[in-house]
Amino acid sequence: MVLQSFKNCLWRSCVLRTPKACFWSTASGGLIIQSVSNEVYQNLAVEDWIHDHVDLEKQQILFLWRNSPAVVIGRHQNPWQECNLRLLRQKNIKLARRRSGGGTVYHDLGNVNLTFFTTRKKYERMGNLKLVVKALKALRPQLDVHVTDRYDVLLNKQYKISGTAAKLGRTTAYHHCTLLCNADKFVLSSVLKSPYKGLKSNATPSVPASVKNLFEEDASLTSEIILDAIAKEYAVQHQIDHHITLINPADETLLPGISNKTKELQTWEWVYGKTPKFSVSTCLNMPYEDSVLDVKVNMDVKHGRIEACNIDLPEQWLPPGLYSELVKSLIGSKFCPNEITMLVTTLLKVCPQDNELHSRWSLLCENMIRLM
Amino acid sequence: VCIHRVRSCSSIRFIKSKYVCVFDKSALKFSHQQRLFRTSPVSCGQIVQFKLSDIGEGITEVTVKEWYIKEGDSVSQFDSICEVQSDKASVTITSRYDGIIRKLHYSIDDIAFVGKPLVDIEIDPSKGVSPEEDVVETPPMSHEEHTHQEIKGHKTLATPAVRRLAMENNIKLSEVVGTGKDNRILKEDILNYLAKQTGAILPPSPKAEIVPPVRRTETVPAAPKDRARRTPVPVSRPIAFSGKDRTEPVTGFQKAMVKTMSAALKIPHFGYSDEVDLTQLVQLREELKPLAEIRGVKLSFMPFFIKAASLGLLQYPILNASLDENCQNVTYKASHNIGVAMDTEQGLIVPNVKNVQVCSVFDIAVELNRLQSLGSAGQLGTSDLTGGTFTLSNIGTIGGTYAKPVILPPEVAIGALGKIQVLPRFNGKGEVFKAQIMNVSWSADHRVIDGATMARFSNLWKSYLENPATMLLDLK
Repeated sequence: MVLQSFKNCLWRSCVLRTPKACFWSTASGGLIIQSVSNEVYQNLAVEDWIHDHVDLEKQQILFLWRNSPAVVIGRHQNPWQECNLRLLRQKNIKLARRRSGGGTVYHDLGNVNLTFFTTRKKYERMGNLKLVVKALKALRPQLDVHVTDRYDVLLNKQYKISGTAAKLGRTTAYHHCTLLCNADKFVLSSVLKSPYKGLKSNATPSVPASVKNLFEEDASLTSEIILDAIAKEYAVQHQIDHHITLINPADETLLPGISNKTKELQTWEWVYGKTPKFSVSTCLNMPYEDSVLDVKVNMDVKHGRIEACNIDLPEQWLPPGLYSELVKSLIGSKFCPNEITMLVTTLLKVCPQDNELHSRWSLLCENMIRLM
Repeated sequence: VCIHRVRSCSSIRFIKSKYVCVFDKSALKFSHQQRLFRTSPVSCGQIVQFKLSDIGEGITEVTVKEWYIKEGDSVSQFDSICEVQSDKASVTITSRYDGIIRKLHYSIDDIAFVGKPLVDIEIDPSKGVSPEEDVVETPPMSHEEHTHQEIKGHKTLATPAVRRLAMENNIKLSEVVGTGKDNRILKEDILNYLAKQTGAILPPSPKAEIVPPVRRTETVPAAPKDRARRTPVPVSRPIAFSGKDRTEPVTGFQKAMVKTMSAALKIPHFGYSDEVDLTQLVQLREELKPLAEIRGVKLSFMPFFIKAASLGLLQYPILNASLDENCQNVTYKASHNIGVAMDTEQGLIVPNVKNVQVCSVFDIAVELNRLQSLGSAGQLGTSDLTGGTFTLSNIGTIGGTYAKPVILPPEVAIGALGKIQVLPRFNGKGEVFKAQIMNVSWSADHRVIDGATMARFSNLWKSYLENPATMLLDLK
């Protein structure tokens, strides 16, 4: 009797004092969670949080999530090389850098993301992808889907429907992959085409592939049906309940510290500043008066900031003092159109009031800004 | 062979075996040596080659992508050392030892091999034993305070490495039993504590460990001159504060601002301030707001202020002029490109509305909406940010009444608008009524503008706003 009431006390205190702890350490050996948010930074922050805080010795976790339009680049990639940043800004599509490696992907609500959390020892990508394929085949046996040795999933042996990436830490690891259900292929192909020329870097390049939506193959398939099928297969393989727990990435009591992680993922220093060192070597073709000026530009960009800059202008086209002022100000600035716009317009205020000079300055600066 | 290693790990029962098991035999040898260092403080720092451990999936080589430390840095166990990438997997390599980094075996983008040395670490054998290394969180305490010290986490002795380990695992040091000298908490104590957990990670207390300890005040006998009052005098004690100054270079846009502002202050400014009764304008705006909304435009007070300024500039064009560098010529600008100061994340930007002299109040509102949305998205173009001839700064949206704005070269005047306050005023009949009062502070270039001109311009501007119907007479 005494033992029973003592156990009850413990359980109650566990629930009252540390409800979060009990949530993250179920006895069942597995947990399937789905995010209620479609915000890419929040969802990436959840991955970080679980990776940093949850002990996965006794259980594994499957995290299901979808994002409103966003481009997600890999940890060591160069956003200027990978996507059309101008188009992203115009269309208000978010840019995020994840912590796992791999290439660039386009997310929208027609794309589902799956993250498999395990201990580092149990990290095994092929098994996870085979689970996904099994789930799809159980749903529609006639689907021709298989896993390649590059950890892609191909439809009809031709079209990529899933890309993979992974992050390994000291004790935990996660493997996440996308799955194209009904994404906007038109936007996808236009945002993933970089217009920037003359970039040289050692950043991880993406390998372009032809893609197709599962919806195009079978119009009865929706993201919800596919997510559910995968959860079901996961539940079967881990011998747990086919129960998906919804979690809110903004919940600080369940995920203490999550808002800091979310904020960090949105900082310029993370998204752009983590780009490996690269150089820009290109030629500006500026129509001026009756001719076209060919102006060679060379820049080195490190941590997303201009480290060195050289602009090959015709002699005296700009007063030498002004040219050196421009170059001096560019060094140390972010390689970012907004920052440079503000910089050059502010500098113009202290220039001599000469219309010709102003128009030359504007012409040069606008062309420079187009490189970013 | 692999299984054999795992078994031997568990039989030896090292506290750290959970982490060591994954690695190869040579790593096990090193952990032996490390334990020896622990118990024999006589040995000096030995350089240990930390090898790249197995990544899994049969991977033998990876690319080094980023170093988190450099040679000469001190690291603690579990600190991140570098990021490597292999076939779409990004791996964070953490240190197994406390010590100082002596050599990095690879540069960025080099291929690193599993099982080969990654970094050389000089193990610091004195950690956990040397009393100088301890960081005591409490201020030096008097004997009485020892007995009623209740605040958790404030009376713990532990090295920085141990503290970090506790923090990473969200452990309150006050809940760990220290087995070292003076109840000092050692790394083994933390690991023991972790092992006892059922796998649940306790939520960290809201910032309790990071806040410096509360100042302890103590009553002491009153100073001789206050004997009559006998009030206790708080004694301030030196507080342990580990904040550090942070120096950043001035770059980019900030650098340009430095240049502009230095030039601006060369202009001899004079100021002129006044109070404007906006009671009628407030009413007018209330009437017009829904109309503007139907047309899809947000109508604030700024379009009225801007238009009134333009009407004033028609009468006093010297305020819309520019003085050249040598102060030889004054250029009277034909266009009224009125700048509106905006506060963004990057700092102060001043886009301008072009040709206000030919715009209606509604046109100005439309243009302001466009500039504001571009400004907050960080997408303003160069043409929006150049060519301004006169500026208004609505600092009142943030707060304040009077200001001393700085003229933005090459302009010669600027106005700062305070916030609108409801204040009692007397009307013509001597009665008190509720008035909507806003203060305006003008600054002008005294080389070309005199006080009288500024005052007359301000009065005209003020009259348009206090009695909006008069604007109708002069609208072009």
